Amino acid sequence: MMSDTNYLTTDFTLRSWFLTTDHKRIAILYFASLIVFFFIGGAAATLIRIELATPQADLVSSDVYNRLFTMHGIIMVWFFLIPSIPNTLGNFIVPLMIGARDLAFPRLNLMSWYIFMLGGCTTLFAIFAGGVDTGWTFYTPFSTLYSNSYVIVAAAGVFIAGFSSILTGLNFIVTIHRLRAPGLTWYRLPLFLWSLYATSVILVLATPVLAITLLLMATERFFGVGIFDPRIGGDPLLFQHLFWFYSHPAVYIMILPGMGVINELISCFSRKQVFGYKFVAWCSLAIAAVGFLVWGHHMFVSGQSLVASLVFSFMSFIVAVPSAIKVFNWTATLHKGSIHFDAPMLYALGFIGLFTVGGLTGLFLACLAYDVHATDTYFVVAHFHYIMVGGMVTAYFGGLHYWWPKITGRLYSEYWARTAAVLIFFGFNLTFFPQFILGAEGMPRRYHVYPPEFQVWNVLSSGGATILAVAYLMPLFYLGYSAFFGKRAPANPWDAPGLEWQTSSPPPEHNFTTQPVVTRDPYQYNEAFQAEPQNA
Amino acid sequence: MTDWRPPLALIGAWLGLLALLALTVTLAYVPLGAGNAVVALTIGTIKAGLVATIFMELWHRRGLTLVFAGAGLFWLGILLYLGSMDFLTRT
Amino acid sequence: MPDSSAVAPQYASIPHRDHTAELGMWVFIATEVLLFGGLILAYFVYRHAFPQGFAEGSRHTEIVIGTANTAVLLTSSFLVAWAIEIFSPATIRIVTWLLIGAACLGLLFIVLKGIEYSKEYDEHLVPGIDFLFAGPLANGVQLFFIFYFIATAIHALHMLIGICLLITLATLCRKAPTTRHHAALHSAALYWHFVDVAWIFLFALIYLPGRSAS
Repeated sequence: MMSDTNYLTTDFTLRSWFLTTDHKRIAILYFASLIVFFFIGGAAATLIRIELATPQADLVSSDVYNRLFTMHGIIMVWFFLIPSIPNTLGNFIVPLMIGARDLAFPRLNLMSWYIFMLGGCTTLFAIFAGGVDTGWTFYTPFSTLYSNSYVIVAAAGVFIAGFSSILTGLNFIVTIHRLRAPGLTWYRLPLFLWSLYATSVILVLATPVLAITLLLMATERFFGVGIFDPRIGGDPLLFQHLFWFYSHPAVYIMILPGMGVINELISCFSRKQVFGYKFVAWCSLAIAAVGFLVWGHHMFVSGQSLVASLVFSFMSFIVAVPSAIKVFNWTATLHKGSIHFDAPMLYALGFIGLFTVGGLTGLFLACLAYDVHATDTYFVVAHFHYIMVGGMVTAYFGGLHYWWPKITGRLYSEYWARTAAVLIFFGFNLTFFPQFILGAEGMPRRYHVYPPEFQVWNVLSSGGATILAVAYLMPLFYLGYSAFFGKRAPANPWDAPGLEWQTSSPPPEHNFTTQPVVTRDPYQYNEAFQAEPQNA
Repeated sequence: MTDWRPPLALIGAWLGLLALLALTVTLAYVPLGAGNAVVALTIGTIKAGLVATIFMELWHRRGLTLVFAGAGLFWLGILLYLGSMDFLTRT
Repeated sequence: MPDSSAVAPQYASIPHRDHTAELGMWVFIATEVLLFGGLILAYFVYRHAFPQGFAEGSRHTEIVIGTANTAVLLTSSFLVAWAIEIFSPATIRIVTWLLIGAACLGLLFIVLKGIEYSKEYDEHLVPGIDFLFAGPLANGVQLFFIFYFIATAIHALHMLIGICLLITLATLCRKAPTTRHHAALHSAALYWHFVDVAWIFLFALIYLPGRSAS
């Protein structure tokens, strides 16, 4: 039977939270911090969309606008998207899914949160002290020679947060290798773990290159030496190569965990095994590996050599293959499934559509010729928002709803959850689809004024953003209500076979009262399973 | 009393490393044109290999540890190869 | 060897814990390889662009100190590997002295590095602080010395961390060594050897080019 105390009720002191090594509590710490960062980044986006509702500059000056989109980018990329699913849902679910009592290195895990907060506070300081206007990419020579803003402080914040990413990735890799329950072979792992493993590989191998790149940039700016300064022989393109060696794989950090969540949701709410399990599993690793070979597609018009452009263009087409395989496998999983339209499933279905649009427009941009036209236009902005917001944030919300009963031990209002899911889908499309059209018509990104003929689409986009903002605020209320007053959740509200559902909700301090043993493949949503008694 | 002397393999590796150091410094002063860089990096790689296999005990490791040790090098290769491709093919 | 405390709940046994820690350290080393990797790419790109400037810059480095430092570091690694190999309660005094010896060699490395830096400062070879180099090779030489200072400074930072680790572990296991100390020392040793490997390559890239043409 369920014991009386769970991880939330073992101790209520502040100390027990801030010095905890329990992966579940650290996940909660991350949750709380990421909500704050999400709404700070979102506030910047709101101001941007308000400014762009009219062609003239009425709300902010060009200088403030530069700082707004830079702040939006830095906060959302490094302090929300990259840690979003891995550090919250991943931190909470990984040990539960593999039947372990904690991650391999619990103290490193806590340290990673403190490092993350140190980086986050440093960046926030840079933003509120006066801001940064380089864009999230810190391109030289603007960042090193010309920008008159807090570049070094902001870069230091990102640099510090990078170590938190590395520690998390390291922890996941080692945990998934070494702490799996007896009988839990690689091909019995839920696909969420495969995708988190692939994500961790990127975190560990790409993040250090960002660290050294930012260090070189800051050194150049601080000492006035010309590492990337063409006047004394440096090459600004070297900065871009180093930066994108990290930042393109980082795009996959910002989507692979989302794909992993979607596998769990689609399978659960169609009551079926994931179609082509092994393909999906290996596609995660293929995306992670090939994702390292495509970074030059950010530099097609930068003046890199044609040979390099051709190779990077080709590799960019290749990386679409494993992504497409995943989409096909999800739709095949839905085929003849017993589909339940619970809130998490609505998010999952929304994800498939939005990710597909984002992925396909990525192919446009992988084309050397079309990319010349689309570079630095709203087409690119719409493309990556479809992946990162339409994809990752939607998956994040889906996963949050799916595991919410496990995390809090409470149920939420299904009505409000579905409403929010539908609103997010429509609000998102209304915000970003017009931006494809704007981009195709040639509206460049990063300007606060534009010719009047672009206004119709911009007004639509700003209108959509309003809906989106409301929809993103809604979970704060109904999930917040649920956390304190919601109905008690049973151990396994979705009748799912994963190990995380075999323990009580919320789980006890060390996850399982007895060491679970795995005897079957994942996703066995069938009669045999449901007849079995649950041990929680 | 337990044996405190170092295993022969360690002593061999240490002396080998010092010998290779002497060799690489000597060869650096022999004019070989572009060969100098090749020699320096080859000897460096052999030295690193000695440290990794003997001092870091990779000689006694299998499977997973070797993969982990190799992964960093493999990705370093990607970075250097694709990263230098642009600069080597500029026209 | 005695075990001072029970194994943390996520581990099944002591070997399970120790092997996991070793794997973790290897993942961390992979990270470190890529950290230096970014610098190495910058080095090759600029050496390709300024072959003579890099050769000239290299000739201005102190090869005697560089070579001595390499020998110092290799020996230090040897002492640490030796300490790991014979680690047991019976030999703990020798192990402690080996670790202290390795840490002292590390400090010697840092001191020699400092002397080298001050010589370069006297020769006006520190970009951003005091750099005077006339002639057509000035750009290449400056880029070389930027690489030199950043790479060796990051390496020296790694050395300092390693020295602290070695001294801490030598102090901790001095009285009653446990399997935990052994595992921790093993991880620290892997790190120390990696710092050694990084230096082997930095040595080849910094001190050796252009010697035959002088």
